[in-house]
Amino acid sequence: MLEYAARRLLWLPFLLILVSLFVFVLGLYGPGDPVEVRLGQNYTPERAERLRDQLGLNDPFFAQYFRYIGNALQGDFGESFRYQGRTVTEVIGPPMWVTLQLNVAALFITLGVGLPLGFYVAKRQGSWVDPTVVTTSLFLSAIPLPISASALVIVFSLSLDWVPTSGWGGFFDPRIVLPAVAIGIPGIAGIVRYMRASTADVLGQDYIRTAQAKGLSQQVVNYRHIARNALLPIVTLLGFTFAGLLGGAFLAEFVFGLPGVARLSLDAIRARDYDVIMAFALIGAATLVIANVLVDIAYTVIDPRIRLRE
Amino acid sequence: MTEPAIQAPAAPAGQLTEGKGPFALAWSRFRRKRIAMACLVILVLLYAAGIFAPFLETHSYSATDLSQTQAAPNAEHWFGTDRAGRDIFSRVLWGVQTTAILTIITVLSGSILLGVTIGLAAGYWRGKFDTVVMRVGELAASFPDALLVILLAATLRPRILEIVRGVEDSTGFSGLVRSGVVDFVLLAIVFLPLSWFGMTRLVRGQVLALRQSEYVQAARAIGASTPRILFTHILPNVIGPIIVSVSFGFGAIAGSEFFLSFLGLGVQPPRPSLGVMVADVPLRGGSSALSVLRDHPEQLLFPGGAVLLFLFCWALIGDALTDVFNPRTK
Repeated sequence: MLEYAARRLLWLPFLLILVSLFVFVLGLYGPGDPVEVRLGQNYTPERAERLRDQLGLNDPFFAQYFRYIGNALQGDFGESFRYQGRTVTEVIGPPMWVTLQLNVAALFITLGVGLPLGFYVAKRQGSWVDPTVVTTSLFLSAIPLPISASALVIVFSLSLDWVPTSGWGGFFDPRIVLPAVAIGIPGIAGIVRYMRASTADVLGQDYIRTAQAKGLSQQVVNYRHIARNALLPIVTLLGFTFAGLLGGAFLAEFVFGLPGVARLSLDAIRARDYDVIMAFALIGAATLVIANVLVDIAYTVIDPRIRLRE
Repeated sequence: MTEPAIQAPAAPAGQLTEGKGPFALAWSRFRRKRIAMACLVILVLLYAAGIFAPFLETHSYSATDLSQTQAAPNAEHWFGTDRAGRDIFSRVLWGVQTTAILTIITVLSGSILLGVTIGLAAGYWRGKFDTVVMRVGELAASFPDALLVILLAATLRPRILEIVRGVEDSTGFSGLVRSGVVDFVLLAIVFLPLSWFGMTRLVRGQVLALRQSEYVQAARAIGASTPRILFTHILPNVIGPIIVSVSFGFGAIAGSEFFLSFLGLGVQPPRPSLGVMVADVPLRGGSSALSVLRDHPEQLLFPGGAVLLFLFCWALIGDALTDVFNPRTK
């Protein structure tokens, strides 16, 4: 298993090279001219040409590419074309931190609601509760985010006045609640379904009957025998669940006007600020791969059957 | 009521199902699922309403009636009007048509065909081809979806616009760009890298298991050609999971179109799209904008409701199909 994880991590640099090549090619064929954006009002063909030389944009493709990679390896992702005088790291750092906090909060919502619900439903298979909960969670996940977000704001901000309508104050500020709920809701249906299937699997095992036969209290059986084992396969889903939240985070940041990556990356793409986009793509891909490797490692740590097989 | 009891010995259950092909069998099982059938009817009506939008519309989708802006639903405007006084009912119909066309194009453009073919080939021949396919797939999968879609949509649009303009100039068709061809081609291309790998992985896994099975070995032993084995022996046994995955995929197309058009990167005005319609309602900017929403919810609820129906119904149908094709429930 460790060997597997190591192999996956070794694959990471190769993957990042492919991702960066891909974005670089898109940048080359993309719309607009970064030099034009950068010069703005001061644009003249001579100035543009000089700037292009200065920035090395006239060099052959691979010369530009390798220079970029060399710098990126040293943590230098270049200078933003659009926000002049600021490095890409400075430009994307704060929004990424906002989006990360938002996604973690949303993950808490998704898991906090989805896991208990899936467990509860699995124990009531065959009753009306089971299909009702599963269908309701599917319905909630089908509501387009701008609509669920506005509904949340209307109910909890305007009518009940529990939280302010918009704004950002960090992870421990109440204003994170509504966006996090809006982002978290669509994921609940999936978690409920997986948790339900996984719990149902465990319920059919012999050791559950044994535990009950030797007279353990229902609570001990529920938590120590059923829930803990049912959670094991769910762990492998965490990486993908987390990645899936990003799309929702995009819409939510838009609707709630949060200073996350949504606005910035859309602006960057429109302004052809490819260094910013490249940094997003690289960090995004790296995070995804590393998260999944960590999840795999965590899985072997938690599940002794896999650990001992090695 | 006694009749079935008399007939039962004459036609045992086993013989009843024997005469049916796998699809007829699946259909008869699917038909018993009432919720899924209801969803199917809703979707058929919805797609039909979209396709026949030109005949069903009560107003032109772009006609503005400035004497009636932000009107509540009434006899003339069934779903009310938006900020510019455009008829929401007609715009929702055209928005649904946008989704319908996109779904058809995505199906035809081969995200399904491509995924299935690559999956079959990778699973059957394994080896180097399989390794390359899986690595490329992992690359596509490790790119954050939202970012990839946005990046491709923003980068490719000008190129496609150029090409379509070129076609317009050389053939004399004039309304191509206005009709939204650019948006459709763009979105179909953008969805491609997202959709093929899921299908490929699914088919490959099934094929890997099936190629070792005894009936495939028997077919190989009597000298069946590879295409024959792939298409008449393996593919029919993989078709169940493929259909399930396709039905979830249809919902995803509606969702992705909404996502991109809402962000302004998908379908461009004047062509209506459900995402554009929701984006037209000013949601950002705090409570003043939200009061508009509280007073005129129809501007959001009708286009949003259409998206919801697409996502919800396809998900329920997918669930029902999972049951139908799952050998364990047979």
